Amino acid sequence: MVAPPLLCWTILLAPFCAALLILLAGVHRKRFSAAVAIAALLTSFLAAGWVFLQALRDPAVLPCELSVSWISLPGFTVPFGILMDRLSLLMTLVVAGVGSAIFIYSIGYMAEDHAYSRFFGVLSLFAFSMLTIVLANNWIQLFIGWELVGCCSYLLIGHWYAKPAAAEAGKKAFMVNRVADFAFLLGILALWSVSSPIAAGRTFHFQTLQARLPELARAGPVPVTMLPLIGLLLFCGPLGKSAQFPLHVWLPDAMEGPTPVSALIHAATMVAAGVYLLCRSFWLFASVPSVMTIIMWVGGATAFLSACLALVEIDLKRILAYSTLSQLGYMVMALGLGGSVAGMYHLTTHAFFKALLFLAAGSVIHGTHEQDIRKLGGLVRSMPWTSAAFGIGGLALCGFPGLAGFFSKDEILVLAYERNAPLYWLGTITAGLTAFYIARAWFVAFMGREHAHGHESPPVMIGPLVLLAALSIVGGYLGIPRFLGELHGELHWEVAGISLAAVAGGLVLAWLLYGKRLVSPAKVVHALALPYSFLQRRYYIDEIYSWYVATIQQKIIAGLCAWVERNVIIGFAVNGTARLTRGMGQVIRLCQTGRVQTYVLAFLIGIIWLLSVPLRR
Amino acid sequence: MTVFAPCCQPPLGLIPVTLTHYLIASALLFAIGLAGIMTRRNVLMILLCIELMFNAANLAFVAYARALGDLGGQVVVFFIITVAAAEVTVGLAIAVLLARQLKTLNADEVSLLKW
Repeated sequence: MVAPPLLCWTILLAPFCAALLILLAGVHRKRFSAAVAIAALLTSFLAAGWVFLQALRDPAVLPCELSVSWISLPGFTVPFGILMDRLSLLMTLVVAGVGSAIFIYSIGYMAEDHAYSRFFGVLSLFAFSMLTIVLANNWIQLFIGWELVGCCSYLLIGHWYAKPAAAEAGKKAFMVNRVADFAFLLGILALWSVSSPIAAGRTFHFQTLQARLPELARAGPVPVTMLPLIGLLLFCGPLGKSAQFPLHVWLPDAMEGPTPVSALIHAATMVAAGVYLLCRSFWLFASVPSVMTIIMWVGGATAFLSACLALVEIDLKRILAYSTLSQLGYMVMALGLGGSVAGMYHLTTHAFFKALLFLAAGSVIHGTHEQDIRKLGGLVRSMPWTSAAFGIGGLALCGFPGLAGFFSKDEILVLAYERNAPLYWLGTITAGLTAFYIARAWFVAFMGREHAHGHESPPVMIGPLVLLAALSIVGGYLGIPRFLGELHGELHWEVAGISLAAVAGGLVLAWLLYGKRLVSPAKVVHALALPYSFLQRRYYIDEIYSWYVATIQQKIIAGLCAWVERNVIIGFAVNGTARLTRGMGQVIRLCQTGRVQTYVLAFLIGIIWLLSVPLRR
Repeated sequence: MTVFAPCCQPPLGLIPVTLTHYLIASALLFAIGLAGIMTRRNVLMILLCIELMFNAANLAFVAYARALGDLGGQVVVFFIITVAAAEVTVGLAIAVLLARQLKTLNADEVSLLKW
């Protein structure tokens, strides 16, 4: 039996060591760097699994906390540690498990890449950063991980940096996240500032805060308006990282990165960090109902609006990206409705089937070098394994009975049904839309006539697909909600029936349109030209942002700043000083007549004046 | 007592020369020198006037040395003579150079350092 502290540190630090090793020794050794990265992440996964087994045998093992003092100043202490409870253990297993599958898949997908080692190095760094978020025991450590995953995301989206679109997409992701993270950091600092009535006792520590803050809020030292403000600021973090409306714009563009990156970072783990954060500090949000209302409506809106966007998208990966947005919206909505377990449950199953879908899409791209679904078709025949994986993932996504997505989505819909009827209907309609767009992708890209010639991917890519497909099938039976502390309620027949009807409706409609071609899709587009173009331009949100940047920011604000710079700073302060000095010089140099006699006269007057001093006294 | 007799006891019919007389002579010399500097344009004349002022100072020092019986004043005078010699050397060199380079000894025309 290995002691838990050692295991926990191993989980966190193994990927970090791998990243260092690849950076220092592996930049030109392809096989070495891949092996190191995969071995490290598998080590993390096995260590987490070991902790999990121990926890199953003896529930008292969890939660356990390890902490070392990192920054210790008078009145300001930051620990660096690991908080291992059921929530973080589940998330660790997901990150390390799905991550390992994707790492292995990358061996095949990235085989021809010139920056193979860099890719694995950054992937390892990403795994470390993500685990830092998951295992953090204080807000500062969490924020460090938060920024690190943003940085890794930037590096990986821009992996093919020579391609302008990829470089731009990386920049966009980074900037949008910065905007959100700024508010997030303010929230953390605000939380810290109210964490203790005396200055010396302030803390970033999760559990201390959780134990102390409700008491303080009730007793009065924390102003009543402060907690909602903090909640709102903290929610800005997930708003950016989990790509909720209106800060979702970076995620579809992030699909410029390599597909394993899209699968790992922009579908399964990093974007789920926001949801994880909401769960981690759920006690805080639960105590401010006003913020909860905002959270659930943001989540519901994101779920619905991005599902609509997926309806008209033609890029296979972007369809999946919008679907990710939509599912994240579900999770956030569940959190907002007060169901942290339901949200976390959906996060887990979503990690399985969305990683599966992305890897299957990657396999398609690998085999055909094409990701426009209109140019694909009939892949079932040339890529049977990939198609089967995509099919299973798609069914799990739309909530086909018995698959993983069915159970977790049902939990969320039941929650909405009990607490908020409009959101329930929004969620149900979204479920129908989900079924429609994923079936559309299926029928257009995988069925029908063969347009692009493809070949099946190598076994090293198929293996992870099979593994994730198995998880997508059995994910609902693993007892995840029970592990998180909430007994799995029995099926709510009414809700399940209605959502199934919506899903079936979506599937059948897609089949009629794209499978049977009962009506030509072009005709439908023609009939619905206005909403179609509205969706195709993505609600003009990108346009609004560029208008904002180009007009408000660049012209008005930047113009104002430039005016102040030119006239006040340069004109008044800098040049003014010079002008003053020169003017004074011009006055004073009048004394310099250049005539010796004048100077001597000045001496004389001076001497007389000096000599007269004692007389005048 | 007899050592100082010839200077302490003036000849009959003449006023004894006291410190005040020396100081007045010194002040006159100084004023003449200063007036010369302020009125003359010729560099050589200015140098001569400076010498006059030096000697006015020397006279005052020696007079005080004698009146107070302190040799320190005489020592200072030696210093001043030395320094004045050096100063005259430099000053005359400048005058020679001015005559060569600018073809003038008029101080008013030498205003190269003026703005």
